[in-house]
Amino acid sequence: MDMSVAVKRDKPWLMRTYSGHSSARASNELYRTNLSRGQTGLSVAFDLPTQTGYDSDHPLARGEVGKVGVPISHIGDMELLFDQIPLAKMNTSMTINATAAWLLALYIAVAERQGAKHEELTGTTQNDIIKEYLSRGTYIFPPAESVRLTTDIICYTVNHIPKWNPINICSYHLQEAGATPVQEIAYALSNAMMILDSIKESGQIEEKGFDKVVGRMSFFVNAGIRFIEEMCKMRAFTHLWDRLCVERYGVHDHNLRRFRYGVQVNSLGLTEQQPENNVQRIVLEMLAVTLSKHARARALQLPAWNEALGLPRPWDQQWALRMQQVLAYETDLLEYNDIFEGSPVIAEKVERLVEGADEEVEAVNEHGGMIAAVQNGYVKRELVASHTRRIRAIESGDLKIVGVNCFEQTAPSPLTTGTDSGIMKVDPAAERAQVESLQAFRASRNNDEVGAALDGLAEAARTGQNIMPASIRCAHAGVTTGEWAGRLREVFGEYRAPTGIDITTHDTTPSELVEAIRGRTRRTGEELGRPLRLLLGKPGLDGHSNGAEQIAVKARDCGFEIVYDGIRLTPEQIAKAAQEEGVHMVGLSVLSGSHIELVEDIFDKMRGVGLSDIPIVLGGIIPEEDGRQLKERGIAAVYTPKDIDLNRIMLDMVDIIRTSNGLQPYGALQ
Amino acid sequence: MTGQRRALPDPETLAGSVTAKDRAAVATALNLLDDTRPEARRVASQMLATLPEEKLDTEAHLIGITGPPGVGKSSLTAALINVWRRQGKRIGILAVDPSSPLSGGALLGDRLRMMAGEGIADNSVFVRSLANRGAFGGLSAEVWPMSLVMLAAFDIVLIETVGVGQREVDVSKLSDTTVFVAQPASGDSIQFLKAGIMEVPHVLVVNKADIGAAARRMLAELRTTLGHRIDPDGWEIPAVSASATKNIGIEELAETIDAHRQWLLSKGRLADRRRRFQAEWIIRRLLDEFGRFGVAQLGGEDGLFRQLTQRAGSPFDQFDELRDGFLAHLKTSPGT
Ligand code: B12
Ligand SMILES: Nc1nc2c(ncn2[C@@H]2O[C@H](COP(=O)(O)OP(=O)(O)OP(=O)(O)O)[C@@H](O)[C@H]2O)c(=O)[nH]1
Ligand SMILES: [Mg+2]
Repeated sequence: MDMSVAVKRDKPWLMRTYSGHSSARASNELYRTNLSRGQTGLSVAFDLPTQTGYDSDHPLARGEVGKVGVPISHIGDMELLFDQIPLAKMNTSMTINATAAWLLALYIAVAERQGAKHEELTGTTQNDIIKEYLSRGTYIFPPAESVRLTTDIICYTVNHIPKWNPINICSYHLQEAGATPVQEIAYALSNAMMILDSIKESGQIEEKGFDKVVGRMSFFVNAGIRFIEEMCKMRAFTHLWDRLCVERYGVHDHNLRRFRYGVQVNSLGLTEQQPENNVQRIVLEMLAVTLSKHARARALQLPAWNEALGLPRPWDQQWALRMQQVLAYETDLLEYNDIFEGSPVIAEKVERLVEGADEEVEAVNEHGGMIAAVQNGYVKRELVASHTRRIRAIESGDLKIVGVNCFEQTAPSPLTTGTDSGIMKVDPAAERAQVESLQAFRASRNNDEVGAALDGLAEAARTGQNIMPASIRCAHAGVTTGEWAGRLREVFGEYRAPTGIDITTHDTTPSELVEAIRGRTRRTGEELGRPLRLLLGKPGLDGHSNGAEQIAVKARDCGFEIVYDGIRLTPEQIAKAAQEEGVHMVGLSVLSGSHIELVEDIFDKMRGVGLSDIPIVLGGIIPEEDGRQLKERGIAAVYTPKDIDLNRIMLDMVDIIRTSNGLQPYGALQ
Repeated sequence: MTGQRRALPDPETLAGSVTAKDRAAVATALNLLDDTRPEARRVASQMLATLPEEKLDTEAHLIGITGPPGVGKSSLTAALINVWRRQGKRIGILAVDPSSPLSGGALLGDRLRMMAGEGIADNSVFVRSLANRGAFGGLSAEVWPMSLVMLAAFDIVLIETVGVGQREVDVSKLSDTTVFVAQPASGDSIQFLKAGIMEVPHVLVVNKADIGAAARRMLAELRTTLGHRIDPDGWEIPAVSASATKNIGIEELAETIDAHRQWLLSKGRLADRRRRFQAEWIIRRLLDEFGRFGVAQLGGEDGLFRQLTQRAGSPFDQFDELRDGFLAHLKTSPGT
């Protein structure tokens, strides 16, 4: 190879690491370190109270502050977060949805205080509420009101912050909830159409400026391990988006119809067993969205090898960033034009994805369009059903996962043996410090100005004026996140999305094993006088519903009567439901890291309703040491991602109910 | 964690605590009524017999709400709950969901939707979900005895069932007031009414009034179809419209529902109706267990109905008595 001739290389994509934790100060330090190590943009993770519109000292925020992201309660926090980071020059992506208008208002207010001009600001607000109802769970208001906030942000930025990406239509989270490539494409496009139509209807954009709105739409997509198909998915997406822009919205400028997308590669397939294998998976998935020049991602963020264990440490994130850098700077990838152009195999696959997506878009239309199809549960049920098929395929071995259902023998991994067990631990003192600083901030503000700004916000919400100016005023006045969202909760009301578990997914040919479990469930019910009833509870602000959904579907298939009401319940609601529903067992699912606090609280509330003798099992991301501790406290069993064998879990549950009722457990199946 | 076999509760103490509106007692009583073991049945029967009769005869309001899937029954219930709570009432809900014929399992998940708003904040609402365990023509066999317990403890007892066409017959035979929720832009309910397939409810409500024209058309059509339709008791059936999500027409709906109860009371029909429910319930169970033949042996549906509506008593006692009678009859009759 002749290295003396300089070849022209394409510019690499934007490399990001999704991060934020503990406090604005700690996150600011992390960002500045990452930037100094060659990261080219910021991707901010907010904690769950901030994402769901609660202040750090709200009762629902307990145990969640600073855990999975940075807490931002007011402009003081936001200023600290970007301390010494000039916003005029930074490209910032914010994963924020229900409270997107508020966080963007804070960002703009901080930029103003730094002296940056609106036109200089570049970055992204995720601002996609549909996938919150379907997968991610941090929604607050009903769909119509939420979409109105979404369109307000888009219209405001198109008119005032032209370089901002006001929305990232997300199919990423749909794949994480089990979606197939066809579903990913179809639901993302249905969502985009609904948003664009709403903007048209809102009348905030001049007819001839509508092209520009279409041009600001961007997407956030997933890339799974079947990387050839995933690459084809990106080509299909590109093709369909182009067609939609021309045919539905009459956009003729090529630049305005480019399918602009960022990627986070698949995490659902990353395993707790032999976690080092995740590195290979991540690298292969990255290829799906980089290999084809014509369908290459514009921004990429990668999870870390320890994804299924807990939060990544800075070193784990650095490793993930290095994967991208090796691909972009060491390989010859960026020297070529599209390497798949003209391949009939690829063209054929793309064509099939396009057809499938067209059909599914039609199905959504038949269910009344995207908003209606979310409200009536159609899309959610389709996703739950897809995920159920995936889990069954893993169970049967049709879908192979190395280290999980094949090649399971392993030497002990040195990666997880360190003193920190290989994950990031958030200092619990961070919550206390954040609460104190919030209370000090509240004491220092001008309450008249705060009250007036909030009244202005409510007025805008009611009358339909764009929500952004009133929100920016709130930001400067020192309004808090909880106050902003609280006022809108009063005007808009709150919403609970369908759970999607009401699917008919019975094994038409149940295995002998399933039949045997059904028999045990039925007989135990007979011995106890009535069918076995199980309450599945998701306490706290955690939105990870996959596990609870799949346990619910499976348990029903095994003969349990399931009570499941979806995400974000308080310990009090769970205890009350256990009492009113007369269940034999409570199953909790917690993936947010707040299990210790929540379980303690639930024990307390169960005692309060006289149900301390009802067994409780727990599943989710529960570090081994915590699991041991919780069992000592009285949790009957703890399950984590490695417990992939749902049949075994079901057998366990029947036996736990038997034992707690003084019946002899059955033990393992012969 | 090894537990004890749980002892059955003392029936009289339990009935007392239920009547004193103790939530834990209501939960225990409902569990007991769900319990099919013979010893539990005996305790349950005693417990029911100990509940104060006047409460079960004329107090509280037993409402059935039915309609096609997704029409907004739970959302309307939530909206009605808010009205009733403001009136200081305590509400018990029985939500009946279909269960799987294959595995027997069921998914029950409507509690929170129904308690939307402040309903969960205090203790004024109690929700028990019930799987319709295949049998009993769409309505769980436990519904009637459970309604009795709830009547003793709450001011309003509401049963939600999915029903299309013939199925809501069941709930109309088990409630003082049956509310049928109709779906705008679907002619089904009108067809059912016209064809006489659907038992006529006491109150018809077109939900989702917020979607506009289709709801208005539906209401007009229903009103035309109904005319001034009178039910067998002489009640003129009203048709109203509402929007659960936009909270429109809910107060009026609550008033209309209450008007039917007042009307039943003024005609002295309430106690009478409830006795009929129990008779229906017993006959239904006899039919399930012994078929038409068995019921004929016991004097036929009409005869049984007359016999049962004349006396009060716990439903289990009455049922067991007839059942034992039939079994004895089988043993003595030659050739069977
Ligand atoms: C999929 C996923 C998502 C999806 C969730 C989709 C959905 N609707 O569920 C999406 C993309 C939306 C998502 C978002 C976020 N995620 Co996430 N996510 C995951 C991921 C990759 C897989 C979880 C999963 O669904 N697995 C499949 C199911 C079937 O498995 P499971 O839940 O573990 O359940 C099994 C067992 O645990 C057990 N089980 C679970 N529950 C129960 C209950 C009972 C009763 C029983 C018997 C058993 C049981 O049985 C199941 C069968 O094996 C994990 C990492 C990982 N690989 O585990 C991160 C992870 C859970 N996410 C994480 C984070 C931080 C987030 C965010 C908060 C990020 C942010 N700052 O915004 C957001 C916000 C979500 C929110 N609102 O709470 C962290 C949590 C960190 C922690 N606990 O310390 C993880 C661990 C990733 C990481 N390493 O950082 N996520
Ligand atoms: N537009 C509108 N939608 C409504 C109204 N009431 C309910 N809905 C929506 O209709 C859907 C079904 O509502 P539910 O209250 O669950 O209906 P249901 O009849 O109890 O449904 P099932 O119990 O599943 O048969 C939800 O998405 C509600 O948001 C209403 O008044 N207007
Ligand atoms: Mg319902």
